[in-house]
Amino acid sequence: MPSAERIEELLETRRDVGATPVARFEIRYSRYLDPKGNPVRPLPDFARDPGELVSLYRGMVLARRFDAKAVALQRTGRLGTFASSLGQEAVSVGVASAMRADDVLLPSFREHGGQLLRGVSPVELLLFWGGDERGSDFAEACEDFPVCVPVGTHAPHAVGVALAFKLRREKRVAACIFGDGATSKGDVAEALNVAGVWNLPAVFLINNNHWAISVPVSQQTAAETLAQKAISAGIEGEQVDGNDVIAVREATARALAKARAGGGPHLIEALTYRLGDHTTADDASRYRSGPDVSAHWAEDPITRLRNYLVAERLWGKTDEEKLLGEVSGAIERAAETYLATPPQGPETIFDYTYERLPKDLVEQREAALGAVQR
Amino acid sequence: MPEITLVEAVNLALARAMADDATVLVLGEDVGVDGGVFRATNGLLKRFGKERVLDTPLAENVIAGMSVGLAAQGFRPVAEIQFSGFIYPTIDQLANHASRLRTRTRGRLTCPMVVRSPSGGGIRAVEHHSESPEAMFAHIPGLRVVVPSSPARAYGLLLAAIRDPDPVVFLEPTRLYRASREEVDDDGMALPLDRCFVLREGTDITLVTWGATTKEVLAAADTLAAEGVSAEVIDVATLKPLDTDGVLESVAKTGRCVIVHEAPVTCGVGAEIAARIAERGLVSLLAPIERVAGWDTVMPLYRLEQQYLPSEARILAAVRRVLAYQ
Repeated sequence: MPSAERIEELLETRRDVGATPVARFEIRYSRYLDPKGNPVRPLPDFARDPGELVSLYRGMVLARRFDAKAVALQRTGRLGTFASSLGQEAVSVGVASAMRADDVLLPSFREHGGQLLRGVSPVELLLFWGGDERGSDFAEACEDFPVCVPVGTHAPHAVGVALAFKLRREKRVAACIFGDGATSKGDVAEALNVAGVWNLPAVFLINNNHWAISVPVSQQTAAETLAQKAISAGIEGEQVDGNDVIAVREATARALAKARAGGGPHLIEALTYRLGDHTTADDASRYRSGPDVSAHWAEDPITRLRNYLVAERLWGKTDEEKLLGEVSGAIERAAETYLATPPQGPETIFDYTYERLPKDLVEQREAALGAVQR
Repeated sequence: MPEITLVEAVNLALARAMADDATVLVLGEDVGVDGGVFRATNGLLKRFGKERVLDTPLAENVIAGMSVGLAAQGFRPVAEIQFSGFIYPTIDQLANHASRLRTRTRGRLTCPMVVRSPSGGGIRAVEHHSESPEAMFAHIPGLRVVVPSSPARAYGLLLAAIRDPDPVVFLEPTRLYRASREEVDDDGMALPLDRCFVLREGTDITLVTWGATTKEVLAAADTLAAEGVSAEVIDVATLKPLDTDGVLESVAKTGRCVIVHEAPVTCGVGAEIAARIAERGLVSLLAPIERVAGWDTVMPLYRLEQQYLPSEARILAAVRRVLAYQ
């Protein structure tokens, strides 16, 4: 408690100026490569290793090929509704590339690139979007959370995962990615608040692609940035160029290292743009114009990094052709495996509802199997 | 063996579960230093420390949501929601995540968590403190819903809920927290989560109930006994999964049934029980089933709550109609 004199002094101040300054803030923004791929500042240490940069490039190219294939499969009736990450590949690839294998990723539904980098297989992702629960039974990254469809509701899970790490004194971090729309939800506000007050090892990353289906971020909040939502939770927030994979990776790595060292949570707003429709069920021409969208192709994260790699003589036509061949082959093989995977039996609707199936469900299971046989 | 109240039995079960299993955590609003507003978590902070008994910020949604994250990571969180009227924000997490995590990951991630909350009226509480939301949870596949009605059943059922590999909503009848005492042996023995309890055997009519209204139903059975009517009283206790056989066996014996619960009558769990009797036990019925339940109204403020809650008089009136049916 402040002393009586101090309280008096504070009250005096308030009478005089109407308010006592508590905090002032500015939001850091970082970018390493401009949209043409020219460095705007010295690159972080990891970027001196060409292998690291090529790996990021490959991750983004793989995500784009995966998206293209998934959309094609949907358009030909062989996959369900699908959410493409077109133009936003740098976000989840940047995040996942900074994570350790034993960290836990809690993705939204547009993080295929990051999930693939974490070891989730393209067959699993296709199975999920193709309406098969086995797609979320990851063989690798098996503590990662599955895709979260109800917007922002996985942010509280990240709090629980991070709390588990803290209680077990493990040097692990929960990394949670959600979209700009999610920042309007109480789930995200509550999660940031608890993570802050308990100083949990959690990194929250906003994929600000500027559109929550048809509602632009300008109609989502009066706040100038989404990163500043961290401030009310007492945690650090910053922005990065979300189409600069080097910037996303650097900011995430810094936040993860801080969290791992006990420095608490962090919020990163990655500014990017949704080049495609919200999902294959959406028609974005109903609410935004083609020329506006086309202009954003100039910021394409893949072209940007490729330009840099080429300018640095780290990448050439042969490398590109080889990579595209390899990535396309991997995605085509995954699609074939997915298409050749027979559906699960109807009994599996029941078999994972509880560990031990209650009698009611045993009866319903028999009825369902009987109905199928008839 | 000490005689303890229902809320003390909850406390005893929590302490036992925490002592037996280091992954059991208690979290919620005011559960630590304050020991819970009803004292259900009294003394746990002192005994188990602040890493196992967590006073959370005031946010029910994230209490449920972080429990999902903890459970997926191998802990067994027992979250307290302070009053039943504050439990609705948890439904998003329970319906969209806790109840389906096992299914949607084909068992890769599971959710062994408990959400405890006081439930029901009759303690002259302030608005939003007296609701009976059990049917909302019983409708969610993948959840278990448990309502104890005595200290011994609270102890055994809560231990079972905490040890269960799937999420459980555990609704504690506020009105019974300190209504009676019973000897409870702290033997660590769990009760089954899929059996109903026959509280009183009888031959003329079956009275099915759970939670706080067991009190009025048992009183009604006493009154009826004095009149020469033998009523069997069944405490369903585990509303999901429901022990249909236990109810059917009793109805096969008596041929008459009245279902009593405090929650609103429409789409209450009583409707499900009546439907199951109609589906599988119709031929043993000698009279239509009656339900005595809360009205389909907003839970009134406490001056009128006794007019809302099923009274012994309402139960007896229904029983007499059912007995008189030819």
